[in-house]
Amino acid sequence: MESNGTQPSANQKRNNLATPHLHHLKRSFNGDHLFLAIIVAAASSVLIIMALLVIKIYDGAAPIFDRFGLSFLTSLDWNPVADIYGALPYLLGTIATSAIALIVGVPISLGVAIFLVEIAPASIRAPLSYIIELLAAVPSVIYGLWGVFVFRFWVRDLIETPLSTYLGFIPIFSGTPYGLSILSGGLILSIMIIPTVSAVCREVLLSVPVSQRDAAYSLGATRWEAIRIGVLSYARAGIVGAIILGLGRAFGETMAVTMVIGNAIGPFALPTSLLKAGQTMASLIANEFNEADPVSLHPSALIGVGFILLLSALIINVAAQILIYRVRAKGVVE
Amino acid sequence: MWSRANYKIRRLKDRFILALTVLCVILAIVPLASILIEVVARGLPAISIEFLTSPPGVIGQAGGGVANAIQGTFILIGLSSLIGVPLGVLAGVYLAEFGDNTFGRVIRFFSDVLMQMPSIVIGIFVYVLVVLAVGRFSPIAGAVALAIIMLPIVVKTTEESVRLVPNIIREAALSLGLRRWRVTLSVVLTAAKSGVITGVMLGVARIAGETAPLIMTVLGSQWFFSSLFEPIDAIPLRIWRLALLPYDYAHQQGWGAALVLVTIVLALNVAVKVLTRAKFSGRVGI
Repeated sequence: MESNGTQPSANQKRNNLATPHLHHLKRSFNGDHLFLAIIVAAASSVLIIMALLVIKIYDGAAPIFDRFGLSFLTSLDWNPVADIYGALPYLLGTIATSAIALIVGVPISLGVAIFLVEIAPASIRAPLSYIIELLAAVPSVIYGLWGVFVFRFWVRDLIETPLSTYLGFIPIFSGTPYGLSILSGGLILSIMIIPTVSAVCREVLLSVPVSQRDAAYSLGATRWEAIRIGVLSYARAGIVGAIILGLGRAFGETMAVTMVIGNAIGPFALPTSLLKAGQTMASLIANEFNEADPVSLHPSALIGVGFILLLSALIINVAAQILIYRVRAKGVVE
Repeated sequence: MWSRANYKIRRLKDRFILALTVLCVILAIVPLASILIEVVARGLPAISIEFLTSPPGVIGQAGGGVANAIQGTFILIGLSSLIGVPLGVLAGVYLAEFGDNTFGRVIRFFSDVLMQMPSIVIGIFVYVLVVLAVGRFSPIAGAVALAIIMLPIVVKTTEESVRLVPNIIREAALSLGLRRWRVTLSVVLTAAKSGVITGVMLGVARIAGETAPLIMTVLGSQWFFSSLFEPIDAIPLRIWRLALLPYDYAHQQGWGAALVLVTIVLALNVAVKVLTRAKFSGRVGI
């Protein structure tokens, strides 16, 4: 979508058009140079923000890193009264909820994308994809409200109760069904990543040439075989990009998770069972930020958790963007 | 490659998986349907003149409303648009008109990365940058955070819509002897107007519902706006606080506020849909 092959030359043509024009009127006051300087400055603001983002958050977190060093990442205790902080349970909590989100959300998203691109009659394609897009427009806090008062009971009655009744002897299914748990947090995330993942998957599937499908059909493939062999294998890199983008969304999502995960603290927050209350990095920050005593290390510890979140998000999103850029570039060539 | 002998099994498998994809669609739509139904069913009874025009009452007692939160949300949208829209539009114009070089690609890349950045991280950033520096929570800090969230959305849609403007329009304007900057601002940007407006509306829809970055920038408040340097309230923040209170009336007010917020956000999204459709049908005529 970014550039479709003809664009660079068209743009060059534009610039060539302008250059002699600028040259010709060089002596008079040159509004063009001023204009260019202003819009270059505006574009640079993106880079300045990104750089300051890393520097400033690191600044804010420096006291906690100075005090605890690497053990901030590996210890379990979180005790504002004793001013001792360890972020490991929340890092693991974020990984656990994101994993649930991907395990549940990705197959559904892929199914939606396959239905929309390969199967749905043309007449319902556009309205249906718009409805799915609307899921992305619903604010996170609305998911949270719905999660606390509606979804929580679905999870408790339909999933957690049977799990603990029949499989409760397995450690990861142990615990009392309460509906405010790591499972609830992960499941609400799986709903929230569906629009992102399915939209990118849809775009990737659409870019697969029709000849891929025709070739499979000509060998006698059924529709599903054509999709699996001709389309999905061809689109693999793009689908991986979509999944990583979904992971990025799940990692940083805050309000909905905060409201349904149960908000455990310290060693209790370790994600040892799906049915237990947990805590993610983002939910911890949201819960405690306004209660942190400014003279203690508490605010710095929360900013330190934010710094870990920032680095993870940077790595995940840079990887996703590179993959998706590559797939788009490939789409143009073929 | 495929024998006819097992054709029945293969066809059965085909049907089964196609049915599974339909199930996926249903699974994806059920939450949206449930959210919309619950928000309307539980939110509507909370809506009243008092609810929409008065600030919160005493905690623990029914009564009061969310008027200060509604006011706060509109103030935040206004302030952040004041920062985010000009910056985003100009950056988008740069990328579309002059951005086919390494610098442009770097900007585009980081703009996409910024778009996916968790909003709570941006909240922490603005907390350190503005709140700690000024020494208090304020609408200014909230607006800076929301402007940063809005920026990449406006950049992207502006770039895409400016790229759609046919070159012949630029050539025609340049041939009249207009300066390049005049051509870009008055002619190209005007031609791309509806696309740019769409982007701004999408950005506003996104920031109207943001909650996490507001926790550490505007804090929330029981009162109406008094100054640019005092904490204010916002609808999403109020929904969160109300949901946490252990009172039925608070939960009902939370649903009422949710109805207000969902109405604003979905109205913006639907308006964008209508606008883009109009744009494309208009474009056929050119």
